[in-house]
Amino acid sequence: MGTLVDLVWLIPAFPLAGVLMLMALGRRLGEPRAGWLATAMMGGSFVATLLVFIGLVGHEGDERETVLTLFEWVPAGKLAVDIGFLADPLSITMALFVTGVGALIHLYSIGYMHGDADFSRFFIYLNLFAFSMLMLVLGDNLLLTFLGWEGVGACSYLLISFWFTDEANASAGKKAFVTNRVGDWGFLVAMLLAFLTFGSLQYGEIFFEVESHGVAAGTASAIVVLLLVGAAGKSAQFPLHIWLPDAMAGPTPVSALIHAATMVTAGVYLLTRMNPIIAEAHGWVPDLIMWVGLGTALMAATIAVAQNDIKKVLAYSTVSQLGFMFVAVGSGAYVAAIFHMVTHAFFKALLFLGAGSVIHGMDGDQDIRRYGGLARLLPITSMTFVAGWLAIAGVPPFSGFWSKDEILAYAYGENKVLWVLLLATAILTAFYMTRLVLMTFFGPPRWVSGDEHVNAEDSADADEPEAHSETAPPHRHPHESPWTMTIPLVVLAGLAMVAGVFNLPFTSDVHFLGNWLKPSLFGNAGHLPFGGGTQWVLALVAIVGSLGGVSAGAAVYIRRRIDPARIEHPFLARAWRIDEIVTNFMGGPGRRAFERTTQFDEQVVDGAVNATGTMIRRGGTKLRVSQSGLVRSYALGIAIGAVALLAWFISRAGI
Amino acid sequence: METAVFIVCAAIVLAGALGVVLARNPVHAALSLVGTLFGMAVLFLNLEAHFLAAVQIIVYAGAIVVLFLFVIMLLGVDRLEDLSVEPITGQRVLAGIVGLGTFGLAVAFLVTSDIGLPGQEALTGPITDQYSNLRQIADVLFTDYVYAFEATAALLTISVVGAVVMSRRIARADQAQEAPESQEAARDD
Amino acid sequence: MVTASWYLILAAGLFTIGAVGLLVRRNPLIMFMCVELMLNAVNLTFITFGRELGDIGGQVSVFFVLVVAAAEVVVGLAIVVAINRRRPQATADDLSALRG
Repeated sequence: MGTLVDLVWLIPAFPLAGVLMLMALGRRLGEPRAGWLATAMMGGSFVATLLVFIGLVGHEGDERETVLTLFEWVPAGKLAVDIGFLADPLSITMALFVTGVGALIHLYSIGYMHGDADFSRFFIYLNLFAFSMLMLVLGDNLLLTFLGWEGVGACSYLLISFWFTDEANASAGKKAFVTNRVGDWGFLVAMLLAFLTFGSLQYGEIFFEVESHGVAAGTASAIVVLLLVGAAGKSAQFPLHIWLPDAMAGPTPVSALIHAATMVTAGVYLLTRMNPIIAEAHGWVPDLIMWVGLGTALMAATIAVAQNDIKKVLAYSTVSQLGFMFVAVGSGAYVAAIFHMVTHAFFKALLFLGAGSVIHGMDGDQDIRRYGGLARLLPITSMTFVAGWLAIAGVPPFSGFWSKDEILAYAYGENKVLWVLLLATAILTAFYMTRLVLMTFFGPPRWVSGDEHVNAEDSADADEPEAHSETAPPHRHPHESPWTMTIPLVVLAGLAMVAGVFNLPFTSDVHFLGNWLKPSLFGNAGHLPFGGGTQWVLALVAIVGSLGGVSAGAAVYIRRRIDPARIEHPFLARAWRIDEIVTNFMGGPGRRAFERTTQFDEQVVDGAVNATGTMIRRGGTKLRVSQSGLVRSYALGIAIGAVALLAWFISRAGI
Repeated sequence: METAVFIVCAAIVLAGALGVVLARNPVHAALSLVGTLFGMAVLFLNLEAHFLAAVQIIVYAGAIVVLFLFVIMLLGVDRLEDLSVEPITGQRVLAGIVGLGTFGLAVAFLVTSDIGLPGQEALTGPITDQYSNLRQIADVLFTDYVYAFEATAALLTISVVGAVVMSRRIARADQAQEAPESQEAARDD
Repeated sequence: MVTASWYLILAAGLFTIGAVGLLVRRNPLIMFMCVELMLNAVNLTFITFGRELGDIGGQVSVFFVLVVAAAEVVVGLAIVVAINRRRPQATADDLSALRG
């Protein structure tokens, strides 16, 4: 076997080493060396991933799956879990873009976090996140994946509330954490169920079990549905999507790395990884995944239309794009899901980093209503942002077009209604992204002369101090970001433009990603039920749709054919009031249920515990008397015991 | 001859032991202990354990009892103990029962037992007349029991260190008061 | 002829005297001497059994008992000295600080 693949342990080892070194030396290294160390570690990890990738390419198709077991982790009876890494096309694809995009975002953060008091702490978290994410991806069993799953969740929490002195940031972190807990419950139960069913948590053994003995459709369905709960929590699918928009409270590189490119794709990864079990489940289970994805995609797209915070728009866009991936998984288009995940990682990271660059230039202002005309002042940022915009809008030949088109094609094959709704979502995507780009980079600047667009409703909340400062226009000095921030933008823009070539639909030879992922999918990937002609028509419709969305956006926000206020409905701006519904439910019946549980806990559970304690304490008080502190009494006790033993021995000897 | 020696020595041993237990003055008790140990040494000779008889005299009577006397003199604990009072209720009665139990059970077993002495004969080192007693002990001690022998060396070292540590004069209260001052003094230097 | 039983009965007597002495005396030094008496009783049984069974192992065991007894006395007397420094003339009954 190739020795290069055996380097797989190096991939998570680099970020882990970075965490340990930064924890020991971070403060002493200071800025910017701590950031460079973390970036170098991610670079090392990326190089290691590349080497493993080269090693895997050197193998024959069926042998592209290597398990490297480091040591036994949990030996507990039947449950034996190892620390082992699974290097197969799927995990290495994930690892490649996690480390690649991760390294770029680390580099970007050096510029973005410039001057922050907790510079090195930020990079500890980033490296820790990368380590956890790589454990999630590379783990060869469900428990190790779960470890990484929890690790990224914890890092996400730490990074969302990175500036924890602000109450809003701290509670956004808590919201993310608590919402994720609901999902984690699903994952945990699914894991236990899988162990009960298959007697193992290792992917290889589970899949072998499925292949050789099969599994009851009901059991498989239960596992998949529970995994879907977990995946929905981590990948922000309805109704557990509510944490992701709030997660934008964290520093922008975090939004790019965790809440757009990598962590939120973990759910898609998990479902793709478990594809043999999905294949065994009832027919309605993939449909459920599909409709959850579609509902989320459509809902988030409509919400994104009405958001005014640049990062909130991108956040809802992320939720929407993740919905696309779920649709792909549900329709069996695992390759398309992974393909879209990769291209999305490129262009969404790019968009977020570009947004970060804009925010950096606008002195922390995130409201697009106070932007405008920035293209001239931030040339690199705006050029790269435009590339990202075209990619996400689905304009050929940018990467987003290819991956989204593939998902649309599979959706068409699955269900025509689904396709129509998904196409509508794609058009909406093009529309709101056009709105975002036009309001940010083009049109008249709205930041020198003050702000007439702020309506009374919004100025009532957090925007007020900003609005107040807006009366003094000289505060705004838009400027281009330093090179550490622009280089990642340029690289990601390049990737966002050309990443489509990873998986071209023309012939099966250029379907690179599809061919590459084949060993990980065990032949469970869906096939298009129609030929090339239909595909061309569908692609054409998609192109027309996205261009239509773009021109509609232009019509509204440049020509002003329609009043934007009619589109940006308050119901959409408030994200369909889902947050309020959740709050009301939890504050009303939910709270009463909790209180009853608390009562039970205090009276029955605590009562039993306390009674035990009281009994032991009373017994102890009685026994205390025997501890006289007189050594001769103790000696007498020993002597009596010795005599008793002697008597017993002699009686045994048979006198 | 052997019987006579046994009777005399047994009498000395028991008398010495009773002396240890009953003497009110610790010095008398220590001297009674010497008597017991000498009687034991002679009994060892009777049992053909020549080496151990010598060790018994040198180590026990020579070193340990001297150590006892030394500590008695050092601490001045030659105060007489009042044996007529027993502060712990029932201690003497129970001690008497325990003593009777031990002795009675052991003797009862020896007298009534018809199975002879338990154990197997000559497992490791059979006693022969070919070599001296000392050589036989040494043969076994430095082959079969060599690890145990080394372990006793470690034990003795540890106990010496422990004794030194415990009997060192540490005036903690004084030190605690002096320590901050001395630190400050060091800082001033 | 003195049989092994007589030696063993003597050892039992010696052991009993030592044990009772340990239980009734309050002077720590004398309690130590009683422990020595009990150890000597055990030594006697070892040698007796060793001779009866024709095994030198009994005498080797006694050798080890002697060494351990010496170590015990050294440490024990050091403790007695240390205690006496804090609480002069303390008996075993006075040292009951660990009373529950």
